[in-house]
Amino acid sequence: MAVFGFTTGILMLAGAPPMEAYGLLLKGSLGSGKKVGAVLTAWVPLTLCAVGLLYTFRIALWNIGVEGQMIMGAVFATAVLRWGVESRLPLFYLILAFPAAALGGGLWAMGAGLLKTKGGVHEIFAGLGLNFVAQGILLYLIFGPWKRPGVASMSGTAPFPPELWLSSVSGVRLSPEGVFLAAAALAVTVWMFRYSRLGLVFKAAGNNPTAVMLFGEKPGRYMILAMVLAGAFAGLAGGVQVAGVYHRLIPSISSNYGYLALLVVMLSNYRVALVPAVAFFFACLNVGGIQLPMVLKIDSSLAGVIQGAWVLAALAAVAWLRKEGRPEEAR
Amino acid sequence: MRIHPEPPPAVELVDIHKRYGSVNANQGITLRFRPGAIHGILGENGAGKSTLMKILAGFTQKTRGRIRIHGVDVDFQAPAVASRLGIGMLYQEPVDFPVLSVLENFMIGQIRGFRLHRKAFRERFESLCTRLGFSLSPETPVRQLTPGERQQLEILRLLSMGTHVLILDEPTTGISSFQKETLFKALRTLAQEGKTIILVSHKLEDVESLCDRVSVLRHGKITGEMERPFDPNALLKMMFGSVPSPLKRPEIPAGAPLLILRDVSAPGDRSGLKACSAIIREKEVVALAGLEGSGQGVFMRLAAGLRAPVSGVLRLRDEGMHRKDGIAFQKKGVAFLPTARLEEGLIPGLSILEHVALKYCRGFRVHWNVARDQAARHIRYFRIKGDPEMPVESLSGGNQQRLMLSFLPDAPALLLLEKPTRGLDFESALWVWDHLFRYREKNTAVVFSSSELEEIFMVADRILVFYEGAVIRDIRAADTDIHELGSAIAGKA
Repeated sequence: MAVFGFTTGILMLAGAPPMEAYGLLLKGSLGSGKKVGAVLTAWVPLTLCAVGLLYTFRIALWNIGVEGQMIMGAVFATAVLRWGVESRLPLFYLILAFPAAALGGGLWAMGAGLLKTKGGVHEIFAGLGLNFVAQGILLYLIFGPWKRPGVASMSGTAPFPPELWLSSVSGVRLSPEGVFLAAAALAVTVWMFRYSRLGLVFKAAGNNPTAVMLFGEKPGRYMILAMVLAGAFAGLAGGVQVAGVYHRLIPSISSNYGYLALLVVMLSNYRVALVPAVAFFFACLNVGGIQLPMVLKIDSSLAGVIQGAWVLAALAAVAWLRKEGRPEEAR
Repeated sequence: MRIHPEPPPAVELVDIHKRYGSVNANQGITLRFRPGAIHGILGENGAGKSTLMKILAGFTQKTRGRIRIHGVDVDFQAPAVASRLGIGMLYQEPVDFPVLSVLENFMIGQIRGFRLHRKAFRERFESLCTRLGFSLSPETPVRQLTPGERQQLEILRLLSMGTHVLILDEPTTGISSFQKETLFKALRTLAQEGKTIILVSHKLEDVESLCDRVSVLRHGKITGEMERPFDPNALLKMMFGSVPSPLKRPEIPAGAPLLILRDVSAPGDRSGLKACSAIIREKEVVALAGLEGSGQGVFMRLAAGLRAPVSGVLRLRDEGMHRKDGIAFQKKGVAFLPTARLEEGLIPGLSILEHVALKYCRGFRVHWNVARDQAARHIRYFRIKGDPEMPVESLSGGNQQRLMLSFLPDAPALLLLEKPTRGLDFESALWVWDHLFRYREKNTAVVFSSSELEEIFMVADRILVFYEGAVIRDIRAADTDIHELGSAIAGKA
């Protein structure tokens, strides 16, 4: 409620009618089939990144490097698709782009994992550092070896021919394959956490790596594995953005979905079941927010303020609920 | 008619009830505590002692009943209120700030206003230390202290805050026998000064040697009270309903050498391990004796492969174990049971069931039904009070210990047990040793550390005495006695 008042106050200060703004947020995200399509387009990479982060959070690692992993996924996918240009088997290259994307993200995450377990570098620093490196590689490729014939530009590499695109629902850039991939990632993760030994060891090693050793497992190995899995999912997200949304490599290919996914997972209280809904909510805010500056002539950063306020409010609510739900215990 | 009337009670508990869900932890307990006396609360694990004391200290709310202090009814909702009324409790686990110094910890909770009167506090600290015979250096960081020293610090802090009813929950668990003597002497001094001392314990010998009066709890009820001099058999009967039968120790000759250390040195704990040479043979029960942190912990962790020696040779049978990790040691049949249960042995946040699955379901998929059956077997056989879905941190200390014991492999070559009966009452400890002795029939060597000399003499074939990181004695238990061992531990060999 407080947050509602806060955002309303901000909107009024900015001289925008608050109710209209909320209405626009809603209409801008869910107002038409096309809008829902746009929301889902954002939902896919957000969900993929969030699912990956569930693995690393489960083993108590802060995989800040998810942005870089998504970028490297996009780079690997682009590399494969570039081979596929003018090939007689475009479908083969299109399919191959996705394992390649997972590999790219996975390898990048493995770098952070190795730095953590072998080098003693905190995963937050390792991930952050690798994000900058990935961004650098991305820009170098776009402006260097992979530049558009003639002129390098911020608008990215030359678009791929349509036979190297994922299919899309007419009118929007939403690819059903992407939605399927995100849904499959969710299903696999639910199963992994419930029934696989891997999921159990991740949880155990996250809570007490010392004791896990006495249960006959090496925690370091699982940390790297969790990083690789998270990186692979983020890489897939990058692959979807390249093959399904932009059809080329652009400098802002990750669109900050990685960082946003961190919030999604925290807001979901690290539970798989809540991830799709929370990711959907964020996607709505993202897409709906685009309308605000255009229609109400307020600054576009205000959409970000509203989004941020909601996130903080939700985090506080989760913490409060958790406190309430736990009555006096023996100790 | 009484000629010397008893002084009025400092604290009265009247008809205290406490329910946790369906569990009746306390059922109508009425007790009186006199000032100037040391009052013992005796009972086995889970008898309801800690619950009762936490109610008195304001840490837990009672379901029903009254608390009277100096004849006045009180009702406190928080520990802070109890502490303002002069009731202070020393908990089993230390509640301090490891990175701060001893003096800073002492000052916490006593500082009013903005300025720190370091000098005044230092003087108060030192005079209290002298009065109670503690030797703590004010500038040492608390993380460098042994559990016994942290306990002394906490007592000093409570007293300085004006505590006149001091509750100690199992204070002799995990401290050395020397520290125990110091503690008991200090408690007697405090009682003479007119303070009320309440000692909660499951150890008969502690209560016998210290208390003036003892109340026995069993299943949440008072089963009897006794004034000094005590009759141990009567107390045991009140505690357990019957007198436990003594331990039968089978005589088994030692077998072939199993673990060989030659001039092994390694850092760790307070003293590290210095040029240690020892041989552990099959079927032997070897005790590691010594003051807390004299190298026993490092010895165990080296033998378990959790730490690497900086010099010297460590062999298992004929194989050098240089550069091998803990998993390799486990494959050779070495099992280790650390004393810090929730820090090293178990995984907080995971249930009993999840621990069982982690231990025994080794395929890609976890078959929860199989794990559930297995967990039920563990709970039944090891008499763990708790159900499979309970997270391990909600189990009592004794039950956590049983759970860890239940994870020991069936036929290990070497068992390394760090204070295996810590937090267990007499009967449970006997049961544990009876269980451990059965391993010897499978050629297993049992190495354990203990701060209790009685336990060492009850079960060990051989004793290694650690002092300042070195093994200063390697002696058969039959060739020494408790006094000689006590002075060896103190370095007076």
